[in-house]
Amino acid sequence: MLRRRIKSVQSTKKITRAMELIAATRVVKAQQRAAAAKPYSRQITQVIENLAAGGTEVHHPLLREATDVRRVGFIAITSDRGLAGAYNSSVIRATEREVMAHELEGHDYSLVLIGKKAEGYFRFRNYRVDASFVGISDTPKYEDARAVAAKITELFVSGHVDIVKLIYTEFFSVGVQKVTVRRFLPLESVAVVGAEGQGDKHAAAAAEFEPSPEAVLEALLPRYVEARLFGALLESAASEHASRQRAMKSATDNAEELRIKLSRQMNRARQESITTEIMEIVGGAEAMRSGDESGIPGAVYIDAMLDPVTWPAQSGLAAASRFDELQSLQDELAGGRDAAADN
Amino acid sequence: MALQVELVSPEDIIYTGEATMVVARTPEGDIAFQSGHVPFIGTLLGRGPVKIFLVEGGVMQVAVHSGFVQVANDVVSILSDVAELPETVDVPRAEAARDRARAALATNVGDEDAQAALNRAELRLAVAAAGSPARAR
Repeated sequence: MLRRRIKSVQSTKKITRAMELIAATRVVKAQQRAAAAKPYSRQITQVIENLAAGGTEVHHPLLREATDVRRVGFIAITSDRGLAGAYNSSVIRATEREVMAHELEGHDYSLVLIGKKAEGYFRFRNYRVDASFVGISDTPKYEDARAVAAKITELFVSGHVDIVKLIYTEFFSVGVQKVTVRRFLPLESVAVVGAEGQGDKHAAAAAEFEPSPEAVLEALLPRYVEARLFGALLESAASEHASRQRAMKSATDNAEELRIKLSRQMNRARQESITTEIMEIVGGAEAMRSGDESGIPGAVYIDAMLDPVTWPAQSGLAAASRFDELQSLQDELAGGRDAAADN
Repeated sequence: MALQVELVSPEDIIYTGEATMVVARTPEGDIAFQSGHVPFIGTLLGRGPVKIFLVEGGVMQVAVHSGFVQVANDVVSILSDVAELPETVDVPRAEAARDRARAALATNVGDEDAQAALNRAELRLAVAAAGSPARAR
């Protein structure tokens, strides 16, 4: 029983250890991808900033501020696979909290889910799910971000939702990730976006635009939305792997602890059974010795019995009822062994 | 002084290097940037390659299918959704795509998707044919 449990704990430990190592390499990769994607979004922000410096304002549908919010859209980024500690559940809980908060204010909700975990959770609880994307959260591609962004843009521009909030896991370091809720759409006005960047404003103020600042901005804003979503996806992926790594590490540690405990238990049980056996033999022997002392004929001393080599001789004497000879033979033997043969 | 060229896609930095001149095609025509150009922001069309005149001589052509170009302080940043260096163009695939697009156009002249696919494929092939002088040497 115990041996089987130890075996299963050991193989579980091997699996969690492997998953931990895989997750660790994935974290590094995801971090690199996130870092590689930074220049693009930085550049786009910078271009927008330059446009703002040039005093460009356009009425782009993505900038539309709703005067009366009726429905709020939520994008929740979770993973497809579990075993990642609290990663998925904290995003899901944050999303649910947001939905409830907005329902209290009388807003309707609309869910756009990324990852199987969120989909499973919200579908099971009969939430209305407007769109769900599965199979992209592990290693997000830009096309994936574009597909999601297109869906959200469509929901927003068509007026189906008036605000879009993004719920994802921000990646600070391998040790620290935090669930974050951000307003995603409408975009802050161009000037606000511009102020976020830290570019060289003097050089940019007199920029030339081709074909026109408005046209550039119009082409740029959808890209900006995609880039922001892509960044969030990448950060979430890095967070997912980091959090899986941590979960698997503690699972491995626990398995090791359990293995030690179980093998201690097993050793104790084995020791116990051996002790019991010895006690039984000794007990039996004591019973026989006392039988002999009580004068029952044919009783033999236990210490004389312990070596089988002399047993045929002893039993032969006993069978012939030559008890005196048997007694003297046993006196010569030490622990049943032929003392003379030993030396 | 040379221009600093950065070619950036959403997933990665594709290319960085120095150039004496960069030629790109915007909706209003080809435009060339040299050192000291006024700040400029423009959209790019996937109609022609971006030509980068390298400092060490030679011209590198890059297939930029759509995106933006920003010039400021002698830094040319090209933001592109899809961009390919000559050595990353998959020539057989581009040829296949071109033939497919031509066939589609032959049956349906107004097919915009096919026309766009044809443009993309031809741009790729042109870039691949021009090659990359810096690495060929």
